[in-house]
Amino acid sequence: MDQAHAKRRRRDLIVAAVLACIAALVPLFVKDVYVQNIMVLTLMYAALSQAWNILGGYCGQISLGHALYFGLGAYTTALLFTKFGVLPWFGMLGGGLISAVIALALGYPTFRLRGHYFVIATIVIAEIGFLLFHNWDWAGAALGIDIPVRGDSWAKFQFTRSKLPYYYFALVFCCVAWLVTWWLENSKWGYWWRAVKDNPEAAESLGVVVFNSKMGAAAVSAFLTAIGGAFYAMFVSYIDPESVMTFQFSLLMALPAVLGGIGTLWGPVLGAVILIPLTELTRSFIGGSGRGVDLILYGTVIVLISLARPEGLIGLFSRRPASKGAPR
Amino acid sequence: MTTATIIQSLASGLLMGLLYGLVAVGLALIFGLMDVTNFAHGEFLMLAMYISFFLFAFFAIDPLLSAPLVGAAMFVFGAVAYLFIIRFAMRAKANIGMVQIFTTFGLAILMRGLAQYFFTPDYRSINVSWLGGKTISFGGIFLPVPQLVGALVSLAAFGALYFFIKKTDFGRALEATREDAGAVALVGIDKNRVFALGWGLGSALVGLAGAVMAMFFYIYPDVGASFALIAYVTVALGGFGSVFGAFAGGIIVGLVEATTALIMPPSLKAVGIYAVYLLVVFIRPRGLFGSI
Repeated sequence: MDQAHAKRRRRDLIVAAVLACIAALVPLFVKDVYVQNIMVLTLMYAALSQAWNILGGYCGQISLGHALYFGLGAYTTALLFTKFGVLPWFGMLGGGLISAVIALALGYPTFRLRGHYFVIATIVIAEIGFLLFHNWDWAGAALGIDIPVRGDSWAKFQFTRSKLPYYYFALVFCCVAWLVTWWLENSKWGYWWRAVKDNPEAAESLGVVVFNSKMGAAAVSAFLTAIGGAFYAMFVSYIDPESVMTFQFSLLMALPAVLGGIGTLWGPVLGAVILIPLTELTRSFIGGSGRGVDLILYGTVIVLISLARPEGLIGLFSRRPASKGAPR
Repeated sequence: MTTATIIQSLASGLLMGLLYGLVAVGLALIFGLMDVTNFAHGEFLMLAMYISFFLFAFFAIDPLLSAPLVGAAMFVFGAVAYLFIIRFAMRAKANIGMVQIFTTFGLAILMRGLAQYFFTPDYRSINVSWLGGKTISFGGIFLPVPQLVGALVSLAAFGALYFFIKKTDFGRALEATREDAGAVALVGIDKNRVFALGWGLGSALVGLAGAVMAMFFYIYPDVGASFALIAYVTVALGGFGSVFGAFAGGIIVGLVEATTALIMPPSLKAVGIYAVYLLVVFIRPRGLFGSI
């Protein structure tokens, strides 16, 4: 069993490396800027959903307030850059650390809550963040922040002539998020999380420090989410509370993992690859009419997938259906 | 800030709170019955408001008169939604919590899209109902009549719901299923019928709320979203599964909102509600009236 497990992990790593190489070569053949844009977003959401998956999937703490961390990453980077000229790299790191600290501070009271009380607390906390930024004049309030172009360079993380640098950063970000998850999955924390998710009381009685392992998951998850926010701010070069901190956004981060398969390594990647192009294409091809056809399609797909494949689409790829496996 | 202003806003807060309670009580009922949070609850409210609007626009039926019709229509809608969608979400063997969240959430997006498609994103309002624009005063406190009637409808609905749950066979079946769905099947009660009835009843209540609210709120495809979060907070504040909790939670939320609006910019008034919610659940993780 252990040998099979090690083999599976090695196989995952090889598959990931092959996929990453293919993804790195794709822009050589796909020159269309619109398509490249979708690819950047897909990679970004794959990484964000992977980050969400650490807390929501592996640890079983369903947060629908991750927009808060995303927004904090975006705002820290944008504010430091526009107000003080601090390079986005430091903003990115700073935003990540701020988010991790805030996740720990919020985890302290919220992890005592169960089920829907926890879910609603996460929504409400993110909503408070949204309202505060919406009213915070120094941070641009409802108008948001326009990030000025200061020349193309990796140092300033601004590229006006080509989307490729953003693409490669998103690819690296996605790989890092995947690797972190891959590594954590097999760590002490990873086992703790699954124990906490399945049965917190039993885990506690077996000596798992439930609370600490939840805190760890929250900090890692928030840090990675904020990196995504920082990247997004520089990528679109304009942020406002509506575009980075709304509830819709929290859902968009959770959705790929849910559709792909939560608590799995490949679920978020698969979910993002299907969902994000679908979202973007429906939005631009039929959403332009303002008649909501994109929403109709999008909503139908979500309902159908969650009803037809509750364990996520990843179940289609495994030889042993998750639902018929050993009781978990 | 004079005493009169404070009393005035508390009075408006109370009226609003009773409405929040009415929006939330259907959610609490469904949750208590089967442990499912309907994330499309706001969209159910939106649909009810549109039904009320169209009954007024096409047949000139005043929202006050159409309220029972809207309630009945929403009863059917809720039961159908259960039978055709939610029922299947309950069958999931894995990740059941996530499945029901995202199924109802997908339904919410779908409904919003359909509303945009068929009703357009335009803002609509019913401004010429019998009660529109009228106010009455009690000792210097002015209360808008539509809101006052809304609060009365809400009180009546709570009373009727209480009676229904405690005194009728269906109500007792509902209570029994909520206690133990497995045992109920043994005595020949069809669980699916009871759940469908629960969804119908919960939706009828939000239908009633929608009809009343159509008298004094703009009606547009996204209108539900703004009330839905407040409804979830209301239910959780009172304690999931407690119908009385939703009622009390609604009143608290209304009063807190009114108080916050007095001391903070109007755009931040919801912060007070959220802060009170967090405070309550941090002290009592099961809400005010939720059972442990």
